[in-house]
Amino acid sequence: MPDLLFEIGLEEVPARMIASAQAELLRRVQALLAREQLLGGSDAEMPAPDPTDRSNGLSYSTPRRLAVLVQGVRAQQPDITEEITGPAVKIAFKDGKPTAAAEAFARKSGVPVADLKTITTPKGEYLAAATVRKGRSAMELLAAELPREVAALYWAKNMYWRPGKPERFVRPVLWLLCLLGEEIVPMEFAGRRAGRVTYGHRVLHGEAPIAIREPASYVSQMESAFVVVDVEARRQKIRKALDRATRAIPAIVGARWREDEALVDAVTHLCEWPDVLTGSFEPAYLALPEEVLVTVMRDHQKYFAVEDGDGKLAAHFLAVTNIALTVENAPIIRQGNERVLRARFNDARFFWEFDQRIPLVDRVALLENVTFQKDLGSYAKKSERVRALAAVLIEAAKAGGAALDATAVDQAALLAKTDLTTELVKEFTELQGIIGGLYAASQGLSSSVADAIYDQYLPASAGDAIPRSAEGCILGLADRMDTIANMFALGMEPSGSKDPFALRRAGNAIVRILAEANLWLGLNDLLTASAPGEELRARLLAFFMERVEFYLREGRGQAYDVVQAVMAPGVGSLRDLCARSQAVSEARGSEDFLAVSAAFKRMKNILAQAEFAPSGGTILAFPKGTPEGDLQIKYGEVLSIVGRCRESQDYRKALEVIATIRPQVDAFFEKVMVMDPNPEIREGRLLLLAMIVGGLGTIADFSKIVTAG
Amino acid sequence: MPSVVANHPLTFQELLFALQRFWSEHGCVLQQPYDLEVGAGTMSPDTFLRVLGPEPIHIAYAQPSRRPADGRYGENPNRLFRHTQLQVILKPPPENVQDLYLQSLEAIGIDLAQHDIKFEEDNWEWPVGGAWGVGWQVMLDGQEITQFTYFQQCGGMDLDPISGEITYGLERIAQFLQDLDSIYDIVWLRDPASGRELTYGQVRLYEEQQFSAYSFDYADIPSLWQHLNLYEAECKALLERAGTTLDEKKLAASENPRGDRLAALRFPTLGAYELALKCSHAFNLLDARGAISVTERVGVMARIRNLIVGVARIYAEQQRLNRAFEAPTPAQPELEPAR
Repeated sequence: MPDLLFEIGLEEVPARMIASAQAELLRRVQALLAREQLLGGSDAEMPAPDPTDRSNGLSYSTPRRLAVLVQGVRAQQPDITEEITGPAVKIAFKDGKPTAAAEAFARKSGVPVADLKTITTPKGEYLAAATVRKGRSAMELLAAELPREVAALYWAKNMYWRPGKPERFVRPVLWLLCLLGEEIVPMEFAGRRAGRVTYGHRVLHGEAPIAIREPASYVSQMESAFVVVDVEARRQKIRKALDRATRAIPAIVGARWREDEALVDAVTHLCEWPDVLTGSFEPAYLALPEEVLVTVMRDHQKYFAVEDGDGKLAAHFLAVTNIALTVENAPIIRQGNERVLRARFNDARFFWEFDQRIPLVDRVALLENVTFQKDLGSYAKKSERVRALAAVLIEAAKAGGAALDATAVDQAALLAKTDLTTELVKEFTELQGIIGGLYAASQGLSSSVADAIYDQYLPASAGDAIPRSAEGCILGLADRMDTIANMFALGMEPSGSKDPFALRRAGNAIVRILAEANLWLGLNDLLTASAPGEELRARLLAFFMERVEFYLREGRGQAYDVVQAVMAPGVGSLRDLCARSQAVSEARGSEDFLAVSAAFKRMKNILAQAEFAPSGGTILAFPKGTPEGDLQIKYGEVLSIVGRCRESQDYRKALEVIATIRPQVDAFFEKVMVMDPNPEIREGRLLLLAMIVGGLGTIADFSKIVTAG
Repeated sequence: MPSVVANHPLTFQELLFALQRFWSEHGCVLQQPYDLEVGAGTMSPDTFLRVLGPEPIHIAYAQPSRRPADGRYGENPNRLFRHTQLQVILKPPPENVQDLYLQSLEAIGIDLAQHDIKFEEDNWEWPVGGAWGVGWQVMLDGQEITQFTYFQQCGGMDLDPISGEITYGLERIAQFLQDLDSIYDIVWLRDPASGRELTYGQVRLYEEQQFSAYSFDYADIPSLWQHLNLYEAECKALLERAGTTLDEKKLAASENPRGDRLAALRFPTLGAYELALKCSHAFNLLDARGAISVTERVGVMARIRNLIVGVARIYAEQQRLNRAFEAPTPAQPELEPAR
């Protein structure tokens, strides 16, 4: 069976969009082939193709092309035998003779009346005909269907280019190549007709067209035209070249290039034929903060930084080129890149020195002119709110036993946003916070102030650490909580896929800090400190419950039912919640624990069905030796141990102890009928169950643990 | 006669000539720089207005572009109050527009085999003009030398056909060709007879010094506000009159069709556009003077946007009416796109 090769030639596609488009194109082509029964075994035997099987497809891309290669495509759809249902037998035949309805059906299905079958359906007996639908050729189908799949590709930003605006695509389409085996598939898209011709590297190979002989020769033919179409191969080529170039840097012991997966990815999608160039800059620039130098290199120039064996930045950079370097062109390209970097570093140095003329403390007043949000006023106002909120949080944390430098937090909160007025942050917005921290340190502020400012936006994503110091954590909490509470108060909370102020991300950061920092602060402390009014607090609580659930599941990998179980008794301290959820996850393996969970479910069902509300009245003391009495005694023992375990947050032990109640629970359910006709006995038994459910359910609502299977 | 300038990279003015010649040879009208303060070549009516409507046009021009806030008193080797763009508009863009662009680099002495060229995504947007497009910044050995944009919308209106816009930063390219750390060292002219060189600094430094001082220190803030208000008022008045002069129904039912259609044809949309540009420049000066607070900023920008988008709308409407009534069209060079 032939292979299918399809390539779309384009003007340079934005690097950030290539990987997903490449994957989507393959998915679409494979789904199309599966849908049309053009995949799978030989034409003769025809096993049903597994639509999820993607092992026969390969995909390629460069900035100038997307391509897919699917192996083993049928040249022809199999003929399909179908059974079509006709009229009911009682309508089709009158007195044993076919009626007009039967004849019409026979005509329609192309089968003589005599060959019609009778089938039995739930609605009665019906006529049926077996018809054969002739399979179409892959050529014909692909020519008709492939353009639709191409047109449906998702692009984050599309464009029109042809007069009359017949189609939108990411960039103008320059050519199409589509081969089934050695034959051209006559498909068309965007005014281009597919052929077997493609083009190589723009400079290294030039304009000469390349005729691809057959799909299998695509990769190697492109390679000889200076295009590495396989993305992984290109990535490896770049990594190896980076290693080689780093090793060749003279006089640096243990030199390494700074690993940066995102940057490797970006440059991989900017090249067809990558090479790596080593450049250097004057060591005097190393006096600038490393953060600034690395940002200039990475974000503005897509250069890799180089460090020595101690991790100190070296005065070198690595640039990935889209051309093979030679003795002739390397010095020219190096010189150009070095000049650009020099100009950029010069600018950064200028800003760094210029900004220091106005120290951060004098920039507080400037924040009055920087709008935070139109209804919430300036950043000066926000800073004041954050200071006040931080002060309340510090009191709460101190009451819990945390050690904190309240003056440092206050000063950090006052200065946290002042770097927004600096030229350096205007130039490198991605460094806000960090720049403020660097200026604070260089202007002689204490390291607890500088670090808190530096870390204020941490964690910005799931991979980030939380702020290094308790002071930084308090600042980060107060800043975000101020934003969230005020946005909610204005009714600008996230809904569905809309979260324009990234409040969910801020909420995630708050949850992580509360769960991972040693602050003795609970969500309630934050809510009461930041949100006036029950209604607002309720909305915020609901928002944070989602964030907490997200954190436990995504951040801690906890199972859905465990998360439900441990959140049911209330969230309180997130550190405590995490400890409970960890313990429940671990206990899930124990059979006794699962049995107790199942028993909890039963108890809750009984209580719910009885609509039992404890009146707080008499607690019957059941005699020892009866199932109720034994359970009651055992519960008492368990509860007191569990209480002690709770104190020390030893939830693993608590759960082990709880699991030991199983024999008494089992005996109780085996021998006792809770809903006794005698209301006094009934009430007593229900009350016992309610006590157990309530008393032991403070660690987790075990009834939510999935026990079946 | 052997030239004393042989084996030198292009001077600043040779660079300009070479690019103009290249695009002239590819069918572009060579227009002169627009004689009004603009922040970018895009704001010249030769781009902003000509990209509207269906008439094909290929046009190129150098455009001195003023950005008062970017001035550095001539002390920063890489930033200018006024830089020069070579702007090329190709409507519709020929299929081989990228190749043409690369050929233009060869035409200024850039041998692509000796350099690293990349087209990196960079979309362009001018909210005040209701305009945006997609495209690239063209990186040559790590230096951005060109902005390449496919215009999609202008004045808030979808474009059909679209235009390809190529904006060369002439100073950057000259710096690149001549391998210099400072713009001011660019050789502007090399006397073919004596070989004597005149640098960019010798030609332009005093402008940078004085206009930086004017923009940052001297420009009179109350006067600038007055200018802005006056230009705005006149522009608005014109836009209002356009509403009646360019009313299709009135023109169709006119008792004096010749006169009214001529009035429509002659309606000074271009004059209104100049007034809007004046507002934009006054705004930029006020901004450089630090006279616009953050709260005011959004409001003033919205006022200017109303003018500029309003002009674009009446321009498109005027062109449409002219075509509809088959009135003699204004001098609008119509050329077949270069192939």
